[in-house]
Amino acid sequence: MTIADMSFIQRMIYIVQTYSGSLLKGTGVTMAIAIICTALGCLIGFGVGIVQTIEPKRSASPISKFLIKFVKVILSIYVEFFRGTPMMLQAAFIYYGASQLFGINMGMWKAAILIVSINTGAYMAETVRGGILSVDIGQTEGAKAIGMNHFQTMTSVILPQALRLIMPQIGNNLIINIKDTCVLSIIGTVELFFTFKSISGALYTYFEAATVTLIIYFILTFTCSRIMRYLETRMDGPANFDLATTDTLAYTSGLNSAHVPGRERL
Amino acid sequence: MGEILNINHLSKTFGTNVVLTDIDFNVNTGDVTTIIGASGSGKSTLLRCINLLETPTSGDVIFHGIKVADGGMSEEDYRAKVGMVFQSFNLFNNHTVLSNCMLGQIRVLKKSKAEAKEQAMKYLEKVGMAPYINAKPAQLSGGQKQRVAIARALAMDPEILLFDEPTSALDPEMVGEVLEVMKKLAHEGMTMLVVTHEMSFARDISSHVVFMADGKIEEEGSSSDIFSNPKSPRTKEFLTRFREDN
Ligand SMILES: Nc1ncnc2c1ncn2[C@@H]1O[C@H](COP(=O)(O)OP(=O)(O)OP(=O)(O)O)[C@@H](O)[C@H]1O
Ligand SMILES: [Mg+2]
Repeated sequence: MTIADMSFIQRMIYIVQTYSGSLLKGTGVTMAIAIICTALGCLIGFGVGIVQTIEPKRSASPISKFLIKFVKVILSIYVEFFRGTPMMLQAAFIYYGASQLFGINMGMWKAAILIVSINTGAYMAETVRGGILSVDIGQTEGAKAIGMNHFQTMTSVILPQALRLIMPQIGNNLIINIKDTCVLSIIGTVELFFTFKSISGALYTYFEAATVTLIIYFILTFTCSRIMRYLETRMDGPANFDLATTDTLAYTSGLNSAHVPGRERL
Repeated sequence: MGEILNINHLSKTFGTNVVLTDIDFNVNTGDVTTIIGASGSGKSTLLRCINLLETPTSGDVIFHGIKVADGGMSEEDYRAKVGMVFQSFNLFNNHTVLSNCMLGQIRVLKKSKAEAKEQAMKYLEKVGMAPYINAKPAQLSGGQKQRVAIARALAMDPEILLFDEPTSALDPEMVGEVLEVMKKLAHEGMTMLVVTHEMSFARDISSHVVFMADGKIEEEGSSSDIFSNPKSPRTKEFLTRFREDN
């Protein structure tokens, strides 16, 4: 039976059977880029977002005040530029620019990861800044009042709460990245969308190939959004708490103050 | 008794709004000083200046003879010794009750976890919150939160505790449990500086009372000076209003 004689379903099965290797590889590349770049983007976003919320102490020297201001301006230019231009063009600009101007061939992986990460970072920076600002000022004052410095306040009190607040946004970015890696086909990254183009180009079965690829994308994004939900509820901790009994009190107030499993979160 | 805090000609303006004018008083070891006065008279601003959450416009906060703002000691070292309890509790929402009371000890005082836990449990027991060590702040009532906040401040072994209307955000039936804890501390000799609208509480526990009006100290003295024998007409008027309210 040739492709032309097959039904819609048969063609899809044929595509999956014949191209399972390429589809798996494309899926793998897409997921690898999406996950790595969302993680790196979050790191960049936290870095930039934290710097954007630094208020110099009133006692700080004019030089350090100027430096903070200067760095903030540079970072806002970064954020505005990468949020404000299409990622597909950024990819072309950086990839071909690097080879034409500097004679560097970045290679597909490096280029892909670089571009998607700094793009995600630009979006996350604003999200993180918003997250930090929406943590109640009382939390900062409570921390300051027991002598914690800015770094300690951030790491122990503010950022964990900001992270929880922006978890839905991180999930959003992951899903966007899974879909948006498709623009990397412009620099020849063999991800899922590239695989779709090769299959449909070889078989001239655009509709069936698109259906198969759509289903794969949906399974990927749906699974990821469920996993993110699960992580959110995990972060919230148990809805109820146990009253410590006299047993555990005796245990915890003893000199050795041994660790009660699962009872501490520091 | 030694002098801990010396508030020296302290003034504070926000823009053109003069909130505190030439505030001058001392706190000695073991004193229970209460600050009373009408709403908007600058009581919270004064406490926030003392704890350096606000920077005084002029004047000094002197701690054991050291001007704190001059860099004689770091803000952090100073605040570790001067505890503060807020009207809105300000417990760390991402930490359990126990962890709220351990965090400062571990990160600021660099104590081991075991030491920090022992100290935290000691004070949580004192305020009657030991059974709740595993709860998150969101799972507690207002009175319980405030008792944890007091334990958190005590766990730092402060030389003085500042309270800014610790019972004002509480439902009436929870005010008592917090005042009880504060009375207990006062009797044990804790040095306290308390802003409060609870007049009978102020009358009963204060060794020293400061009455503020319009950002100035209108009158100060012992509890009986102020409550039984006020001199200034404004103090009299303020206390009359309070008597009528009760
Ligand atoms: N950040 C600020 N900027 C401008 N004005 C302020 C600021 N904080 C406080 N004020 C003003 O300072 C005055 C004193 O406020 P404060 O909160 O110290 O009063 P208070 O005596 O604590 O009153 P209450 O009993 O209602 O708590 C008020 O008029 C207030 O509007
Ligand atoms: Mg106030």
